[in-house]
Amino acid sequence: MKKMKLSVLLAMFALVIGVLAACGGNAGGNESEGDTSGNSNSGGGEASETSIVVAGSSAMQPLVAAAAEQYKGENADADIQVQAGGSGAGLSQVQEGSIQIGNSDVFAEEKEGIDAGTLVDHQVAVVGMTAAINPNAGVDDLTKQQLIDIFTGKVTNWSEVGGEDQEITLVNRPDSSGTRDTFVKYALDGETPAEGVTEDSSNTVKQIVADTDGAIGYLALSYFDDDSIVKSKIDGVEATNETIGSGDFPIWAYQHSYTNGEPAGLAKEFLDYMLSDEVQTTIVPEQGYVPMTDMQVERDAEGNLTEK
Amino acid sequence: MAKASVSPSAEERLILTKKNRRWDEVRGRSLVTICAVIMIAATIAVTVFLAQKGLQSFTVNNINPIAYLTSANWNPTGGENASFGIFPFIFGSLAVTFLSALIAAPLGIGAAIFMSEIAPKFGKKVLQPVIELLVGIPSVVYGFIGLVVLVPLLRDHFPGIGFSLFAGVIVLTVMILPTVTTIATDAMRSLPNSLRQGSLALGATRWQTIRKVLIPAALPSLLTAIVLGMARAFGEALAVQMVIGNTRDIPGSIFDTAGTLTTIVTLNIGHTTYGSIENNTLWSMGLILLIISFLFIFVVRYLSGRRKI
Repeated sequence: MKKMKLSVLLAMFALVIGVLAACGGNAGGNESEGDTSGNSNSGGGEASETSIVVAGSSAMQPLVAAAAEQYKGENADADIQVQAGGSGAGLSQVQEGSIQIGNSDVFAEEKEGIDAGTLVDHQVAVVGMTAAINPNAGVDDLTKQQLIDIFTGKVTNWSEVGGEDQEITLVNRPDSSGTRDTFVKYALDGETPAEGVTEDSSNTVKQIVADTDGAIGYLALSYFDDDSIVKSKIDGVEATNETIGSGDFPIWAYQHSYTNGEPAGLAKEFLDYMLSDEVQTTIVPEQGYVPMTDMQVERDAEGNLTEK
Repeated sequence: MAKASVSPSAEERLILTKKNRRWDEVRGRSLVTICAVIMIAATIAVTVFLAQKGLQSFTVNNINPIAYLTSANWNPTGGENASFGIFPFIFGSLAVTFLSALIAAPLGIGAAIFMSEIAPKFGKKVLQPVIELLVGIPSVVYGFIGLVVLVPLLRDHFPGIGFSLFAGVIVLTVMILPTVTTIATDAMRSLPNSLRQGSLALGATRWQTIRKVLIPAALPSLLTAIVLGMARAFGEALAVQMVIGNTRDIPGSIFDTAGTLTTIVTLNIGHTTYGSIENNTLWSMGLILLIISFLFIFVVRYLSGRRKI
């Protein structure tokens, strides 16, 4: 009996060690590239002809998913899976080859730990964003300086910028979020926002701003579709496709689809489709984005603006 | 002679069955052993993986672990001025956990006593199923109710903007109440009837019996119920994230916004790239969560060891 127990124990021990070794080896191998768990079903790095996985920015997911749906309707044998998960996860996964297209709200150059040289940028649309203000604050136009003062906590009452006598409540995004990044860079000129409620989901931000007196947050233009929040002008310029396209309205970002190396097969076909007139003139504006064809200005990863 | 002709066949049958049985034994044994090994391997693998990932902030990014744990300054995207102090989130996590346990413990144990001692029939038939139903409600539902009902309510009747430590505590209290109540009820029910009968026979009233005999006898199990509730509260992310405000400052009052380890991890992890310092510090938070959860489990083990009955 003792022997039996001993042998069972030994067998258990061996198994545990075996499993651990397997895990350890796996984790060790991934250390440089990150973590592949959760993507084992994507078929590894080899882009097969009829099946690709697209992942990354949750803000871009509805746009890409709508385009993928339509593409699949026209090409029955194409299999395109579109997942959310965040820009950082999308860039990491496309770099390590576990997905074929990684969506990001920000340039790959801006993300630490990403070798932008190996990734190829495909800018599929432009998203504009602006400050969202609770209607009771009585403000619908802010100068850039006022916006900076509000978000850095220098101005704490709406009366100081011509509104009602209400305390200002800031609604922020998480530190590494692409939306926050864009807003900080182009609306606040790089100033760090003061503390406030922090939420990730645009819908939650919209609801908080709509419900809380004196609240201000920032949202992509597609969320300003009703009267529950005020779409703030910046320096008197309203955010529209035209003002963003002409470069008059500053707060916008490219929606990037990154591939690891030049795309091939279905990935290339799908990206071409995303940039085709068919998608740019229908799905892109319907989803609240600015089509690439409307852009008369260009911006590089350092934020330098040039006429096209 | 007749016996002799029968016995070999009986023996044969016996041996056969014994063989069968032994085979059965081995199969059953290996089956459950494999289950156990998989369980143990999974636990160890998660721990090792998390430790390896979580320690990278200190080994690769050279963050001072003491400053990481005690500094109140969290600014991971500050570039050169970046600072990584998670004390506000440890504080937030512990605050919501202990405060919600403080409210849930008396409520849960009270309900358990009512269900086991005062109205056992009603308790078993109506209360218990209702409470068990509460356990099954997903946390996102609690969070959403908190966001659309609780937060506006707090905003209108209390100082602050509604999003607060207090809102998180209330949501967590409702979430852990079923856990505490169910385990406490089991603890009270498992007390031998002789305890009750003996106490009543000595002339004690029912309330005296409950207070002086039953609660002390069940105390270790009742504490276990509370600690398990706390462990659940400590690990909850989604529901808390929706109502607590997720700020990086230490709250000045319970009506201030706060952040917890879990909410900061879930908010940020998708936006960071693997292997970056932001990502590594989030893994370290995960490691700290695991270590504190282990502490909770040790407390539970210690308490069950002290069980008298």
